[in-house]
Amino acid sequence: MPNMNMIQALNSALDIKLATDPDTLVFGEDVGYFGGVFRVTEGLQQKHGLTRCFDAPISEGGIVATAIGMGAYGLRPIIEIQFADYILPAYDQLVSEAARLRYRSNGEFWCPITVRSPYGGGIFGGQTHSQSPEAIFAHVTGLKTVIPSNPYDAKGLLLAAIEEDDPVIFLEPKRIYNGPFDGHYDKPLKTWAEHPAGDVPARHYTVPLGSAAVVRPGKEVTVLAYGTMVHVSAAAIKETGVDAELIDLRSIVPLDIDTVVASVKKTGRCVIVHEASRYGGFGAELSALIQERCFYHLRAPIERVCGWDTPYPHAFEWDYFPGPIRVGKALQHCAEAVA
Amino acid sequence: MSNRPPLRLRIPEPWARPGDAPDFSHVRVPPAGDVRRPDIADPEAGMRDLPYSLIRVLDEKHRAVGPWDPRLMPDVLRQGLRAMLLTRVFDDRMFRAHRQGKTSFYMRSLGEEAIGAAQALVMGREDMCFPTYRMLAWLMARDYPLLDLCNQIYSNERDPLRGRQLPILYSAREYGFYSLSGNVGSRFGHAVGWAMASAFKGDDKIAIGHVGEGTTAEGDFHEALTFASVYHAPVVLCVTNNQWAISSFSGIAGGNETTFAAKAIAYGIPGLRVDGNDFLAVFAATEWAAERARTNNGPTLIELFTYRAAGHSTSDDPTRYRPDEEARLWPLGDPLERLKSHLIAIGEWNEDRHAALTEELTETVKAASRQAEAVGTLGQSKPNVREMFEDVFHEPDWRILEQRREAGV
Repeated sequence: MPNMNMIQALNSALDIKLATDPDTLVFGEDVGYFGGVFRVTEGLQQKHGLTRCFDAPISEGGIVATAIGMGAYGLRPIIEIQFADYILPAYDQLVSEAARLRYRSNGEFWCPITVRSPYGGGIFGGQTHSQSPEAIFAHVTGLKTVIPSNPYDAKGLLLAAIEEDDPVIFLEPKRIYNGPFDGHYDKPLKTWAEHPAGDVPARHYTVPLGSAAVVRPGKEVTVLAYGTMVHVSAAAIKETGVDAELIDLRSIVPLDIDTVVASVKKTGRCVIVHEASRYGGFGAELSALIQERCFYHLRAPIERVCGWDTPYPHAFEWDYFPGPIRVGKALQHCAEAVA
Repeated sequence: MSNRPPLRLRIPEPWARPGDAPDFSHVRVPPAGDVRRPDIADPEAGMRDLPYSLIRVLDEKHRAVGPWDPRLMPDVLRQGLRAMLLTRVFDDRMFRAHRQGKTSFYMRSLGEEAIGAAQALVMGREDMCFPTYRMLAWLMARDYPLLDLCNQIYSNERDPLRGRQLPILYSAREYGFYSLSGNVGSRFGHAVGWAMASAFKGDDKIAIGHVGEGTTAEGDFHEALTFASVYHAPVVLCVTNNQWAISSFSGIAGGNETTFAAKAIAYGIPGLRVDGNDFLAVFAATEWAAERARTNNGPTLIELFTYRAAGHSTSDDPTRYRPDEEARLWPLGDPLERLKSHLIAIGEWNEDRHAALTEELTETVKAASRQAEAVGTLGQSKPNVREMFEDVFHEPDWRILEQRREAGV
């Protein structure tokens, strides 16, 4: 199988859809001739033509609004918001329109759009190139939210998202576009070439939405993570020696609740890890669900390792980012807790 | 401090408030037939006078004059008259139904009926309208079933939107009428995207979108015009300038500084300003813009200059912010009366036929509303509660299935 980084895997998914489904098109800021600021759409305009992959005005609201209109017509638009930090001008379109169109029209109109957006920190992106807004979408009924953590899943999930008849927010952890990152910022960078999930089939395949992946089976603690934090958590598990079960959620909505519950019932302990700030973060929903469903199996309080409740800072990148040391401490604390 | 006078913050105020005599001295009404009609393929740069004029066809003697006369067959005029009259009769009935507690909410189109009626007849059956909540006349012109309208307004067991949506926020795909929502402006860009999709596919359909003048202040307005202009989308974008956004007059939306049609100039697209109470002018301007769109000459912005004769909604009392007599004295008159007078002037209508039609439509509306009331009014009847959980997604996820069980349905 060819080796791909996450950018190439995403590009491959888009290339396949443009080649096989004439109702798909790709647009967003700088995605056309230039191929995107992160190169995800590189070569697509040249290969598939000007109207299949084109540049948009700097207008997130306009990009999402026109995509919704195209979806109502019968197309399957795949749009890019350059940074998830800049998705907020389109929040009204996503919440009031995309998410509700099917419901309010009793199925007369629907919205099969995919909104791709690089997200997450660990890149010295400061306040507006680092945020993780998944919780503000998780709270919106009618939206699906997906976050891959490796090239194989990125391609399979993106193909599934494009083929999905509901609107999908597809968040791409930009810190791991080029290689897995475990939070050890002072160590040499790794590439996807050394990682098994860097083997990506050239053909079409899907990873279904709503299916979590057990990355590492374990008995002592369940660790719930997604995006870059899957790799950070894996490093923390290795370094602490705690026999933790690491679950990559992959979908925030729909959530693979069965996999989560089965794991926590087995281990009796749970640590939730995300980059987004803690208060009102998606970890709170996970924690509540587990408390409701696994209460009599829990042997320790559920712990959350998250970004702090501050805007994402620049100079304090590694003080903010929930790295392997913080995750490791929570793991040990949770594993050792005695009722 | 410098020697300059201190800065002053200006807050625009309308010309008259409750207790004042209505003042329309600011409204210029040029004679009918006065505005030139450029070729649909002309470049925008050569028509920048149009957004500052007012396209009018019907003169004081109710005759159609000038280059914008769409030369319609009497049958089309009578079709328009019927749609407008039906809208008005239906509005009256449903407004009273609200007062009787049969529904929670209603909004009338009073004074704006010419817009939906004319445009529904101009646009093709395959085209799509992205309406505001004051476009009932579109559905009336296309014979949408009155019973379905009543059922939707009563949110009863037969409500086509299954009790999920506020009264009058219709969705009628088969009638070229896109799903309405309460938040203003957010569908203006959908019209552009829909039109772009048609062009992308090499089809021949076009879109028409609407906002009120108050909503032009939303970012959605700017976004839609930018995208329409950049991609040369085959779309007709309309601003219904009815002078009032709930209690705020059009000056609060920027109407004192320029016309709403003139905003088109900055986007490089033609802007037409039209007497919105003149059925023929609305028809002709929309036809011109639709033809321009269909022939790959791009989008048009149309300002439909009219007056919101009723309150904003059943939750509004306009006597608290504007003179009582304003609507009656509006210089462009009443769209229904003007079309009726035109038909009479050309010998295609008379008072007796008008009275008979009014009677017929009143009976039709009464019958439909009674039939809907027999199904049930708000609180007396509703769709199965299971419907609350349907259509959130194309298939319900586990949360919805669980919650549906929890709700006992």
